[in-house]
Amino acid sequence: MTQLALVIDLNVCVGCHACVTSCKQWNTSSEKSGPLFDDRPYGQDPTGTFFNRVQTYEIGCFPNTETLHFPKSCLHCEDAPCVPVCPTGASHKRAEDGIVLVDYDKCIGCKYCSWACPYGAREFDEYQKVMKKCTLCVDRIYDEKLPESERKPACVLACPTSARLFGDVHDPESQVSVAIREQGGYQLMPEWGTKPANHYLPRRKTRMHIHEDELKRTDNPLKKEDIRHGTSDDVTLDDWLM
Amino acid sequence: MHPAFSVIFLTTLIGVGQGLFLALFSAQAYGMAKLLPAQSGSFFANGSFLALLFLLGGLFAAVFHLGKPSYMFTRAWRGMTQWRTSWLSRELIAMPAMMGLTFLYAVFHWFGWDVDLFGWHVTGQLSLVVGIVGVLAAIALFVCTGMIYAAVKFLQEWASPLTVVNYFLLGSASGFTCATVYASYQGVEQELVHFFGGWAIALTVLGFATRGFSLLRNARIKRKSTLQTAIGVRHTHIQQKAMGMMGGSYNTREYSHGKTGAFLKSVKWLFLVLVFVVPVILLALGLSADHNALLLLAFMTQYVGLLFERWFFFAQANHPQNLYYQTI
Repeated sequence: MTQLALVIDLNVCVGCHACVTSCKQWNTSSEKSGPLFDDRPYGQDPTGTFFNRVQTYEIGCFPNTETLHFPKSCLHCEDAPCVPVCPTGASHKRAEDGIVLVDYDKCIGCKYCSWACPYGAREFDEYQKVMKKCTLCVDRIYDEKLPESERKPACVLACPTSARLFGDVHDPESQVSVAIREQGGYQLMPEWGTKPANHYLPRRKTRMHIHEDELKRTDNPLKKEDIRHGTSDDVTLDDWLM
Repeated sequence: MHPAFSVIFLTTLIGVGQGLFLALFSAQAYGMAKLLPAQSGSFFANGSFLALLFLLGGLFAAVFHLGKPSYMFTRAWRGMTQWRTSWLSRELIAMPAMMGLTFLYAVFHWFGWDVDLFGWHVTGQLSLVVGIVGVLAAIALFVCTGMIYAAVKFLQEWASPLTVVNYFLLGSASGFTCATVYASYQGVEQELVHFFGGWAIALTVLGFATRGFSLLRNARIKRKSTLQTAIGVRHTHIQQKAMGMMGGSYNTREYSHGKTGAFLKSVKWLFLVLVFVVPVILLALGLSADHNALLLLAFMTQYVGLLFERWFFFAQANHPQNLYYQTI
C-alpha cells in the first residue's frame, strides 16, 4: 500500500515562501483544484485560499534564540479525521496512494471537515463555497506528459534549498523513509492519533568544541605553538589558522 | 470557534420543536392512561403543527450553513449517504424523519384517523403509535445534533457526553415551556398546563445542573495539544512571529469569536440568568397566578437565553489549530 507524503527538512527551510507561491500558481491554474480565490491582494487586509503556509517561530529567549521556519499544508493523515465526518462523501482518502482529496462537485460547504482537522490544513474557498486543501499536486505527479523529474508537487520543485522531499513513506527504501529514519523525522500533534503521513525533520545543531590540548599540541614537534601572538580568549578557527 | 448564526438558530429552533412534540405526546399518553384530562384532536394537531413550524424554521436556518443555499437542492441529498460514519449525515436523516412524523401526528389528529390497533376500545391508538416513533425520532435527532459536536475530539470543550445531555435537556425544557404557553392560551384544563409547566421547571433545573457541570468541566480542561506538540519543538519558550499571511484567512476567521474574555464571561452569566433563573421564576409565578402573559414571557426569555447559550457554546470551544495562528 502506497502512502505518498511530503517530508520537510526544518534544518534547511529558509522561509522564502517559494513553496507557497508556486503551490498557489500551480493549483489556481490547474483543472483539478480550480481557481483559489484572492480578495484585496494589494489592499489593506489581503486574504485568500492557500494550500500551504509558511509560519515563523522564535525559539528561546533573547539573545539565545533561533528562528524556525515552518511550512504547513495538509498532512494527508493515515487516519484522517476529516474524512469520516463528511456527510456527502466529498472528502475522501484514496486507497491507491493515500492522498486525501475533496470532490468539489459533492462538497456542500458545511465546513465540518475543517472543524475535524486539528492542524487547520483545510481552507474554505469563499468564491466557490467549497472546502479546499492540498492535493499533493495529484494532477501533476501522475502526468505522463511531464518528464519523470517533474512529476512532483509544485512546492517540492520550487524549494531552492531542497527542504522538501516527496515520496512513499510506506516504502522503507524510499528517499523519504530513509530521511525519516536517519534524521529523526517526526509527526505533528501525535497525541491525537491521526498518524499524519507528512513528516518533519528536526533542526540540527552544529557545535564546535575546541579543547585546550588541541590548541597546544605539545606532543607535536612540528608545531611551533609559541610563535602565535595575542590569542584572544574566544578562540576561533581563524585564530588557530593564522 | 466563530459562532455561526445559522447553527445557533438551527439547534435552538429544532430543540423547541422536538421538546414541544415530546410534551404533546406525553399529554396524549397520560390522557389515554386517564392520568390527565383527555384533549381534543385539534389540540394535538395544532400543537404539532406549531412544533413543525419550529422544525421548519430550524431547517430554513440550517440552509444558510451550506456554502451556498442552492446546494440544498443540488447537493444536500448526498448528505445522507455517509450515515455510517458521519453524525452530520445521521442528523440529515433524523431531521426529515422527525418532521415527517410530526406532520403525520398532526394530520392523524386533525382528521381523527384512528384504528383499534390493540383492542383497547380507546381513541387515539394510531396516533399513539405514530407518536412513539416520533418520540424515538426526536431523541435520535437530539443525539445526532449533540454528537456532531461531541464527536470532534479535538474540541475538548465539546468532546463530552454532557454535550448530548445538554442538547436534550435544554431543547426539552424550552419545548415544555412552549407547550405550557400553548396549553394556557388554548384554555385547556389547568391540570394540563400545570403538568407541562411542572415538567418545564423540572427540565430547566435539570438542564441548569448539567450545563453547570459542563461549564465547570470546561473551566478545568487540560489542553492535549500545545505549541510544542504542534510544531514538534521541545522548548519551554516558543513564540510565533509570523503566521504566513499579512491579513487574515479562513483559519483566523472561522476559529475565533473575535471578542474579549470579559465579553465571553458576561455572555455566560447572561445566559445562565436568561435560560434558567428567570424562566423558572416566571413559570412558577405564571402557573400559580394563572397568568398567560407571564408564561409567554418565560418562554421568550428562555429562547433568547438559549441563543446566548448556543453562542457561548460555540465561542468557548478552542480549536487546536489556533496554535498555528497566533500572530499576524
